[in-house]
Amino acid sequence: MALLTIKDLNRSFGGIQAVSDVSFKVKRGTIKALIGPNGAGKTTMFNLICGNLPPTSGRISFKDQAIETLTAHRIARLGLARTFQNIKLYPGLSSLENVMLGRHSRSHTGFIAAMLNLPRARREEDDIEEKSYALLKMLNIAELADKEAVSLAFGQQRAVEMARALAAEPELLLLDEPAAGLNIYETAELAELITQIREIGITILLVEHDMSLVMRISDEIVVLNFGRKIAEGVPGTIQNNQEVIRIYLGGDD
Amino acid sequence: MRHLKKYLPLAVMALMVTAVQLLTSYTGTAYYLTQLTITAYYGLLITGLCLLMGYAGQLSLGHTGFFAIGGYVSAALTTHDLTACRNDFFITLLNHAHLLISRHDIYGEPLITVKAWPACLAAIAAALLIAFIIGIPVLKLKGHYLAMATMGFGIIIFRIVMASTYFGEADGISDVPAFTLLPGLTVSGDFSYRTQNYYIAWGLILTGMFLLINLIDSRPGRALRAIHGSPEAAEAVGINTARYKLLTFVISAAFAAVAGVFLTHFNGGIGPSEASIMKSVRYVAIIAIGGMASLWGALSMGVILNFLSLRGVFGSYDDAVFGAILVLVMLFAPNGILRLPIWRKLNFRHRDG
Repeated sequence: MALLTIKDLNRSFGGIQAVSDVSFKVKRGTIKALIGPNGAGKTTMFNLICGNLPPTSGRISFKDQAIETLTAHRIARLGLARTFQNIKLYPGLSSLENVMLGRHSRSHTGFIAAMLNLPRARREEDDIEEKSYALLKMLNIAELADKEAVSLAFGQQRAVEMARALAAEPELLLLDEPAAGLNIYETAELAELITQIREIGITILLVEHDMSLVMRISDEIVVLNFGRKIAEGVPGTIQNNQEVIRIYLGGDD
Repeated sequence: MRHLKKYLPLAVMALMVTAVQLLTSYTGTAYYLTQLTITAYYGLLITGLCLLMGYAGQLSLGHTGFFAIGGYVSAALTTHDLTACRNDFFITLLNHAHLLISRHDIYGEPLITVKAWPACLAAIAAALLIAFIIGIPVLKLKGHYLAMATMGFGIIIFRIVMASTYFGEADGISDVPAFTLLPGLTVSGDFSYRTQNYYIAWGLILTGMFLLINLIDSRPGRALRAIHGSPEAAEAVGINTARYKLLTFVISAAFAAVAGVFLTHFNGGIGPSEASIMKSVRYVAIIAIGGMASLWGALSMGVILNFLSLRGVFGSYDDAVFGAILVLVMLFAPNGILRLPIWRKLNFRHRDG
């Protein structure tokens, strides 16, 4: 069963067609990769799915619900979490607080309960903190809990961002170039982590340039070029697709 | 225990407030209490604005507008004589609801006005409603566009009170009656109520700080700081950024309106200078000096600078002094006086502040 369905999706910026007539599905419990050269429209696709950009036309449905007209925070509340290509952590907040923010959509305390520090607000706060700390532990960065997140090393920031996304207990996790800037050891750990995340029942859609990582962990791959889908299939088929090879290796031009 | 640690500064503040009162009483300088009371009410506005500016990152140059709405509405309702229209349906209705009071003015003429409590609540409700209506369109703006729009709002309020006879034009409204909060607890500038009013004002600000300290360390408080840091990432974790900004705007307007109501009843009047745009600039300057996202910084700087200003230390250069301080802070201490490296060298402030 498809968790996410993209149908005939279009988005143009002025005269430029960034995404044209793209359709694909992401099945529950799988890892799907979105690949393509720079400017192929991968990040635009992510922004369309997350509600940061409205599509020019086409449909996006998540859990059988149309989401193309919803705002980003409503889509997040439905169970979709993401990380950003250029890491977006909140300055002035510790790593732990950053992860705690990830639980926003799973908690309820409002302004009044918070200002009066009501017992139920305190209970929820303790629960948020406990679960967030457990995620930092799972990602082996518990010792960084009290450090300001934006002051951490690049790889650690990626881990905090991943923990923040997982804190929402999402059904679908969108990872925008999670291996960018990581060395080969860190990339190997990341591959392990992504597979673990899939095993706890979270579906993953990722954009990634590291082909060895993509081929190793993906169940299915969609290839975009100039905003169009040119291929879709399991890693073995994509690796032997002439069109894909031509785009990536240059071919006759 | 971890939860109680954040209240420690509140306890220290309560002790200091008491100590200052005792000190002025022993040294025969109780006249300072009047200015300290006024300072506390400005402090209430400043801490509310600090939540909006420092934590949620939304600049407002129109907060004197909300202060003025609170003060003026309460002043007008408690001073305008309704004797002439006492048989109107609406006025009869108010009378039956025991919301009106009849007394004699200073010339001995009978006077029917709204009671202080309902007037105060109506004033705060008016400020909240206006903050809500203004906030929806205005908070879609960012940075200096937001600053200009809120400044425009402040100017509109200033021009309305200057132009309207109901609000006393350039003279403002005087003879605003005392406001009895509870039996034995009266907001009044009368000499015999001085000590009591000092404690009312500082009790109010302690309550305000209690609410704000709780808020910034909570789920919605974190959400505000996330909106400040990265609105896009805030939306991505499910935060309704528009709603959070609006609620924060309304809360900070409520702080300003409460300050306006209390100070007006304490002073026994309000004039257009309380609605002037220079006051808004002053509050923004104080928050910048205090270090933006620092409630204690904003409050302490607000108390010190407003107290000095009320004592007349800056003379006729009052506004110029605040402008100069703002320029100096931006140049030499952009993170506020309390975050200057000198404090770290003296090991004065604890590590994580």
